[in-house]
Order: sequence, then C-alpha cells, then structure tokens
Amino acid sequence: MTTTTLDYGHGHEHEDHGPPRGLKRWLFSTNHKDIGTMYLVFALTMLFAGGASAMLIRAELFMPGLQLLDPDLYNNLVTNHALIMIFGAVMPAAAGLANWMIPLMIGAPDMALPRMNNLSVWILPAAALMLLLSFVVPFFPGGGTQINTGWTLYPPLSLQVGMSMDFLIFAIHLLGISSVLASINIIVTIFNMRAPGMRMMEMPIFVWTWLVTAFLLILVVPVLAGGVTMLLFDRHFGTSFFTAAGGGDPVLFQHLFWFFGHPEVYILILPSFGVLASIIPTFARKPLFGYKSLVGAMIAIMAIGMVVWAHHQYTVGMSLGAVSYFMIGTIIISIPVGLMVFNYMATMWRGSMTFETPMLFAVAILLMFSFGGLTGIMLAVVPADMQYHDSMFVVAHFHYVLLPGAVFGLFAGVFYWLPKWTGNMYDERLAKIFFWTNVISFNITFFPQHFIGLAGMPRRIVDYNVMFTEFNVISSLAAFVFGLSHLLLLYIIIKTVRGGKKAEARVWEGAKGLEWELPSPPPFHSWTTAPQLAR
Amino acid sequence: MSGATTARGKRRTLILLAALALGMFGFGFALVPLYGLLCEVTGIQSVERRANQTAADVASATAIDQGRWVTVKLDATVHPDLPWTLVPMERRLRVRPGESRQVRFVAENLSGREITGQAIPTVAPWQATGFFSKMECFCFTQQTLAGGETREMPLVFSVSPDLPAGIDSLTLSYNVLRIPGAERVTAAR
Repeated sequence: MTTTTLDYGHGHEHEDHGPPRGLKRWLFSTNHKDIGTMYLVFALTMLFAGGASAMLIRAELFMPGLQLLDPDLYNNLVTNHALIMIFGAVMPAAAGLANWMIPLMIGAPDMALPRMNNLSVWILPAAALMLLLSFVVPFFPGGGTQINTGWTLYPPLSLQVGMSMDFLIFAIHLLGISSVLASINIIVTIFNMRAPGMRMMEMPIFVWTWLVTAFLLILVVPVLAGGVTMLLFDRHFGTSFFTAAGGGDPVLFQHLFWFFGHPEVYILILPSFGVLASIIPTFARKPLFGYKSLVGAMIAIMAIGMVVWAHHQYTVGMSLGAVSYFMIGTIIISIPVGLMVFNYMATMWRGSMTFETPMLFAVAILLMFSFGGLTGIMLAVVPADMQYHDSMFVVAHFHYVLLPGAVFGLFAGVFYWLPKWTGNMYDERLAKIFFWTNVISFNITFFPQHFIGLAGMPRRIVDYNVMFTEFNVISSLAAFVFGLSHLLLLYIIIKTVRGGKKAEARVWEGAKGLEWELPSPPPFHSWTTAPQLAR
Repeated sequence: MSGATTARGKRRTLILLAALALGMFGFGFALVPLYGLLCEVTGIQSVERRANQTAADVASATAIDQGRWVTVKLDATVHPDLPWTLVPMERRLRVRPGESRQVRFVAENLSGREITGQAIPTVAPWQATGFFSKMECFCFTQQTLAGGETREMPLVFSVSPDLPAGIDSLTLSYNVLRIPGAERVTAAR
C-alpha cells in the first residue's frame, strides 16, 4: 500500500508543472492523452491522403475510356487508397480512441507501457513515408513499375513489380509492428490496470471491443508479416514460396493474406461498434441492452472470424467440400453480428431519444451497416459469388460495411468525445450539416455501384463499357461531394479545438461511465488515485 | 493491489503476448508445409499432385476420340526483366482428344546481348491440367538466344480422351522468366 501512496504524491507533482513545452512534449510523449491525440491527427491526415487517391479514381471512372490516368497508375491508386485507408486512417484512429478513452474508462492513470506507446505511435510517420515512397518511386527514372496488384498483393504479379513493392513490404512490416505493439499495450493495460474492484464483466463495452480487437491483431498481423516476408524472399533471395517454377504455390499467398485479411475486417469494425455501445445508451437514456450477450457475440465473431478466410477466394478452384465449409462458416458469422445490431436497436426501444450528431451517426450506421451485411450474405453464397466475384458489386458491399461500420463509427466517437478532450462543445449546426451531406453523398456514391456490378462491370479496371456511363457519372459526382464534405469535418474539429461553448464534465445528459466523472478537458494526469466504484 | 504486484502482472502479460505475436509469425511460415500436408490428407489437389498425375494419364490415353472437339488456346507472357517476345504461330486450334499435335512459338531476343530464359507452362482451368500432356516442349529446358536472334520453337502435345466431359476448351499459358547468371556460364564455356 505504501507504494500506491508514493505514486499518488508523484502524480500530483507532475500535474503541477503540466505538460512539457514545445516539440519535446510530442516527440518524447508517454502520456496516453497526447499519444491518443497524435494517433487521431495522423489518422485524419491519412484520411485526406487516401481520400485524394479515391477522388482520382472516381475522376477517371467519371467517363468510359482513358482520360487522366494510365492503367498501371490507376491500379497503383487503387492499391494506395486501400492501404492508406485501412492501415493509415482507420486503424490509427481506432488506436487513438483506445489510447484516449481506455485509461479514462477503467480508472487507470495511463497506459501500462507508456514508452512502448510512444514507439508505436512514432513508427507510423516512418511507415507512412515508406508507403508514400512506394507510390512515388515509379515516377522517377529507374524506379521500376507501378504497384498494380491491388492491396491484396497477389503473386505472381507482385513478384514482377519493381522496387516500389519492396518499399511497400517494408511499410507493411512497420505498420504491423506498430499495431502489434499498441495491441500488447492495450491488453496489458486492461488486464492489470483496472480500478480496484472493476471486474472484467463490468468494463464498458468499448473496452471489451478493443480487448477482442487487440487479440485479433496479435493473432493475425504477424501472419501477414510472414506472408509479405516470404514475398520479399521470393523477390530477392531465390526462394520459391509462391513461384510455381520452383515448386511453390501462388494460391498459398492468398491463404496467408486472407488469414489476416478477413479478421482484419472485424479489427476495423469492432472498435466502432464499441463506440456505438457508448453512444446509444447515452442518447436513448437507457442502460445498454444485453451486455453479456454483446461480450459473447464479440468473442464468437473473433473465433469464427478466424476460420472463414477462404470465402475471399472461392474462384481459385478449391474442392466442393472446402468451399461449402467456408460458405457455411461465413453465413454463421451473421448471427453474432446480427445480435449486436439487435442489442443496439433494443437499447433504443422506448428510450427517451434525442438526436445529437453522434446519435444521428449511430442510427445511420445501424441501417447502412445492416445493408452491407445483407449484400455480404449474398457474396458468401458460393454459386452467387462466382457471378459477383471481382465486380463493382463487391466494391459497393465492402464500402457499405467499412464506411458506416468503421469510419462513421469513428466520426461518431470523435463528435461524442471531442467536448471531453478539448473542453469545448463542437458546433452542433455545422456537425448536423456535415452528417447529412456525408451520409447522403455516401449513399449516392456507392448505391449505384451495386447495380453496375450486377450488370457486369468488373472492379480494378480503369476503363468500362459505355452502358455503365450514367451510373458512374452519378457515383463520381456524389463521390466528389462526399470527399469535399470532409473539409467541413476538419473545419469543425479545428474550430472546436480553438474554442467554443465550455463543456461540462458530464457533457451529455444521459452519459454514464468513469470518463464523465473527470472535468472537461481532463487534467494532464488523471486518475492518479484510483476511483472508488459506486456499488 | 500494490505497485509491485501490478508491475509483475504487467511484465507477465507483456511476455505472454510478445510470445504469442512471435508464435503467430512462426505459424505463418509453418502454414507453408501445413498447407501442402492438408491437401495431401484431404485429397485436395495440390500443384505437385496435379503434375504427377500427368505421367500416368499419358500412358493410358492413346485412343483418339473422334466424337469430340476440344479448343486449345495458346498464350505467353514475358517477364518485364526479360527483353524477349514469345508469340504462338497459332493462337487457338481445335483438336481431337488423344490426337497429337504440333504448334510453333516464335521467340525473339530484342536486346543486343545473349540471354537465357525459361518458359513455365500453366493450364486453365486447372481441372484440365492432368489431362493435357506435352511430349516435346521448349519449356523442358532453358533457352538461350543470342542478341537479336529469332527462333521458332516447337511444342508437341495431346489432350487425353479422359478429359472431363464438361471441359470443351482449355488455355495453355506460358510465363517466360529470365535465368540470371546463365549467360556467364555459357560464355565461360
């Protein structure tokens, strides 16, 4: 007990002199709030970088024929867009929320391993630089060919790409190391630093979602790292993991990739579902419906999600037994996912709901994510997938799952917690304008892609048949609105950081949880004495 | 909970998780043999098995099936490292199962230097792989072309009459790769 008292005194000492000044505060930071902020700023920057490549893709697809981009550059942009959005925007943003909120929610003074936390955030700019180099290197003389493989990096094509692929492999290694370190940190924090008396089954669902996500990351990211390492060996050291000429099998890479790639989908979605579990009870002013079943559903998603990867490769010629297994497994996942959606709806049922921006996002997410889930079941069915495979229908499907399921969830979380982080209320009117522009333009962008996909327009191809022109024009125009609407988000965030109506400690009327016991913004060092849980 | 216990707890969790991450990295590599083993045990055809089947099928497939046509399409892709072109003289031909046919490919070395390459064949759909046999093929050996040389290279093949009834068309596709260092060996000789 004596050590605890000492820690308390030590913490206060720090609180008095506040955070260090200048660049050192950020470079050497071990503070979970500063690191959380850095993650979020990095993610926002990457959102715009990935968004720029998406805008170029849509600009090229505005009309049939080749206008702006040559085919290799187009495919390089497709690769770049996916990798930046997944590894640069969504995963760091979710990690930023985790860094900010988990210690506040479980009553811990900081993350368990603060220096490792600093390492995992500062690897990201280096990784982003490598990713950027992989994109620009082919533009220089002797820079080799563009990465025209798509983010899945399938051999044999990925073995033939020039040196930019090596930059990309290195970037993936760095990003993987960063997220594995962050995950280890989060699990150690959750297991060891909960406020005295807080049992696992009393943690907020957001913390639970991140616990499951972190385990998924540790289980699958190293397998991807192994896969791209083999790719690197095949490219430079004469091994034949994937080259048929030397007895290897290119399909093996697809298995390694999707062993990571499918759980990755849940890695992207679960933290946002945790955000919803915080937002919906607050604005419905009712306790969360079915806490235990939510925890169970998440663990079920993690377990089943790890053994259904090959539904991404139905067309490679697996045996009937194998595809049947992967089809049934995939469809079974819709049960726990549906259960989570059902629990959120039941939480809203007969609640005293108000619709501030986070809640608007939450309701929209449930609707649009369910829609994406339904097209997912269509794709899970083997004979149907043989038709839909690699069509724009797939593009529409995964954007309906990942934008609402992951990105909008993060937006909702940012609006929900921004007053807590900055101490200022955001501009509700602007935020609502952002919500409606964002959601409506999103739907107009991606909804038509279902139809052109079913009508036979393939994805990852720069040109298309003239009969798809009208829907592509609609899709592109809405995409430009969608892309530009994020400038409004940026403006709202900057405006809130710089000032605004002061936020109270309990920002939202119905908000419950330890993070709302602290003032807004919370002190640089919070929970230096563990909170007493009310029983 | 005292500070020392928490520190010990943190270290233990950290070590376990780091071991898990390293273990999963190893598991990725372990999947290489495991994947082959799984195909072996469950009878899912692996690349190796498909290749071995060919020899057995060649022996059995002798009679010509006059009641059936199979379309064979030919295609070649040259690796960007290799300054060659490889073009089949006929792009598609109709054959009777069991009949042996000859086609020629034209290879040209666009560079001024002597270069060695190797063609790797693939048959699509893979279900047809075991029923397509090559009696003579330029892909059996490495090919060395002098600078600027153009050469016609033969392929003799047959399609087995046991080819599953559903398949009436197949594609033989060559991937030509550069064999680095092979030039130096020839030069030394």
